[in-house]
Amino acid sequence: MPPVYRGPFGKPQAERLLWRAGFGPRPGEAERLAKHGLHGAVHSLTHPGRERLRGPKPHDDNGHPLAPNDAWGHDQLWWLDRMVRTTQPLAERMTLVWHDWFATSQDGVGPARLMLRQNRLFRRHALGSFSTLLTEVTHDPAMLLWLSGVDNEKDAPNENYGREMMELFTIGADRGGYTEHDVREQARALTGWRSDWDDNLGPVNFRYDKRRHDPGVKKIFGKKGHFDWRDSCRLCVHHRLHPSFFVTKLWSYFIPTAPPAATRRELEQLYVHHGFAVRPVVEAILLHPALYRGPRMVKSPALYTAGLLRALRRGIDTEAWTWLMSLAGQQLFYPPNVAGWDDTRWLDTATYRARWMIASQAIEKRQLKPDKAKLPDNASKLLARAEGFLGQPVLTGQTHAELKHFAKRALGDANAKWKKEQYPALIENALRQLMASSPDLQTC
Amino acid sequence: MARSCHHCDEFSRASLMRRSAAEAGRGLPAIEPGMPLPAGTGLDRRSFVTRTFGLALSVYGLGKLGLFEEGIARAASGPAQPVLVSVFLPGGADALSVLYPALDPTYLKLRPTLALDPAAGPVFTEDTRLHWHPSLQPFATLHGEGKVSVLPAVGYTHPDQSHFTSRHFWEVGATNARLTSGWMGRYLDHAGTMDNPLQGLSLDYQLQPSLASTKVPVASVASPEEYSFYAPGVWGDVEQRMLDALRPLGARRKDPFLNQAAKATAQSDRLRRQLAPFAGNGYGTPVPYPDVDDSFPHQLAGLAAMLAANLPLRCVAITAPGEYDTHSDQPQPLADGLDVTARSLLAFQRDLEARGLANRVLTLVWSEFGRRAEENDSGTDHGAAGTGFLIGTRARGKMVGEFPGVDNLDDDGNLRATADFRGVYCSLIEQWLGADAKAVIPGAGSFSRPALVK
Repeated sequence: MPPVYRGPFGKPQAERLLWRAGFGPRPGEAERLAKHGLHGAVHSLTHPGRERLRGPKPHDDNGHPLAPNDAWGHDQLWWLDRMVRTTQPLAERMTLVWHDWFATSQDGVGPARLMLRQNRLFRRHALGSFSTLLTEVTHDPAMLLWLSGVDNEKDAPNENYGREMMELFTIGADRGGYTEHDVREQARALTGWRSDWDDNLGPVNFRYDKRRHDPGVKKIFGKKGHFDWRDSCRLCVHHRLHPSFFVTKLWSYFIPTAPPAATRRELEQLYVHHGFAVRPVVEAILLHPALYRGPRMVKSPALYTAGLLRALRRGIDTEAWTWLMSLAGQQLFYPPNVAGWDDTRWLDTATYRARWMIASQAIEKRQLKPDKAKLPDNASKLLARAEGFLGQPVLTGQTHAELKHFAKRALGDANAKWKKEQYPALIENALRQLMASSPDLQTC
Repeated sequence: MARSCHHCDEFSRASLMRRSAAEAGRGLPAIEPGMPLPAGTGLDRRSFVTRTFGLALSVYGLGKLGLFEEGIARAASGPAQPVLVSVFLPGGADALSVLYPALDPTYLKLRPTLALDPAAGPVFTEDTRLHWHPSLQPFATLHGEGKVSVLPAVGYTHPDQSHFTSRHFWEVGATNARLTSGWMGRYLDHAGTMDNPLQGLSLDYQLQPSLASTKVPVASVASPEEYSFYAPGVWGDVEQRMLDALRPLGARRKDPFLNQAAKATAQSDRLRRQLAPFAGNGYGTPVPYPDVDDSFPHQLAGLAAMLAANLPLRCVAITAPGEYDTHSDQPQPLADGLDVTARSLLAFQRDLEARGLANRVLTLVWSEFGRRAEENDSGTDHGAAGTGFLIGTRARGKMVGEFPGVDNLDDDGNLRATADFRGVYCSLIEQWLGADAKAVIPGAGSFSRPALVK
């Protein structure tokens, strides 16, 4: 078994776990989780009870319920709402992991209903069997459209899915795992899927049509047989290089530095021993010392946004999140390409500003009015209030000191009576904004 | 990275980004609309900013902006540097429509429905077999003034017909799928400085990959007057103190990823200071730009204004308006995209001329590939060599490589390249930016350098 973290498990550790394995803590949640100890905490995430959605129901800018199948952007809001309100944060987080792993963009699919159907598939298999998930994804309608599965027929084989299945989903490129010949043969094995066109609904009636399948003998990874699409999936999952690809890629979603070689081997054994089950591997990763002792991670825009809303106990009450998240570089259901989002490039001067705007949007409704609010004329007290407002996040000493320094200096500017009365509220508003967009809250 | 771009996702995404960008405009106000100001300060925000930064002059005055932070000031006060602007036509613009062999019998056979009328577009004077697309009259005008070098078939050997891959090659400046830094980014790594994010400016809501550097900071900002940091319920002295706090919050951190976030904070703060003069101000643009429902002309006007303000720009990247992946219904979208692009670039050139900056700027217009010579009834599929343009007063104004003709297509039925984009990059680096191409372009020694600059 891979090593298990043995250090103290208090609020900072529980908070990190809630970010890495979910969408961040609600107020008080990290303190409560810490009481369960490491194993109890991880178990509560990997074995949650029945799912409930807690908190205010989502609505659009006009107060109407969301229409994820029909209204542009509502699919993203619908999902963001689940991230904010779910009682199964890890399952929801894994749904996002699979969306990135099997990155499918609505650009190449069309109807939102097919994207949402794929999303349900990811959620259903969130912590289940990867082998089953791969098989299901392979004939998922959105994927069939996205990577040309429905264009892949025996007379005109299309390599699109077969190549990405090996390169991005199961084995990895440049590892000597497969050849261009394997790509062509996989394409032949995967032939047979089709759909019809309906003028109102678009693509419908996705099905396997034997007449479009190439029944001949294929040679894949050196094995010969009358392989079909199920064999294609099976061969990939049983490929000698699949377990190492799988555990390394899965690990990267939770811990930003590569797993030690011994850990990687142990995770591979765990994965194979449990018949390609995801849950035991995730569990081992969440218990690993590297998660608690290693460096922080940059939050994705979805994680950052959902986390802020959870901390503020705010539901989805505006459509602004769609374009704000898109400005920040992550429009759900629109990954940039089939390789998913590039986790190393979340932050630049444009996306930093977008995150600032996300923070502004998140706190705007509850801004303090300087002519009404009565606040203490004291930097430490103002800072403590802002921390409380954002759910008492654990801050680095450096950030805490800089925020306090800011508040002190700003209080010092109050050289008139009206300023002494009004500045504390302005400062409090500014502290919320600065804290929410500080490097500490961009990372976890 | 994946090679597949079967569904042409990346540039559709660009249009989505543009859509969301447009929506961003009606979202959070950049600055003050309706925001109360505390009584007694007697300052509106503009003059407040102006006073704080010692900006006695607005952007209308050339080159007299004082009190930037030190590095910026140093970079800005040095001798005026040449500027390279990269304009990307997303999707693969159809070379055989951009410059079309109007009377060629093979062309007419390959393009039974899409062949353009010989009378519609002006003749290309350097090769009278060719006509400019009717929407490219502005380019023909500039060409007549000796300010456009035309590359009628630019590309590379063993062309890749995937948007994703071919665009990547152009962006990294090599036919190497694994290279992750952009060619202009590497130039800046080589010749730029550690304290000036504006040296590489992506006029976009995200970083253009050709500017991705490994060492020096670069910036992305959609338009300079937008780059402000509004916080709800914060104004006056307190707002200034809040903005001042960004720099210390961006100070170095021990944790590598916390430091990454701190770096983004610090760079954004620097960029904010650099662009502060533009917040809430106009550009003082001396010429008219096209009034269209696209941000491109406005962004070019902003670029000219930034150059006029002597901001230390070196390499700039921007995506042109229009969708050039014309698999179907080609004529109208192509004409519309080229129209806005060409009129805007003409206005940009005139703007630079009016401001006395035209000798400092060259603009490279490119697309990831051209399109299949034979049409598919209503459009064209992915091809190989495409058209490129180098625009500017200092452009040599002579064709680079010849038009290869449509009787000598490659095995896939595509135009053959007569100029290599990597050679073009080498020339730009050496003849325009004054650096050694070997430090930037892999295998630079093996590419011949066309003469591009006069």
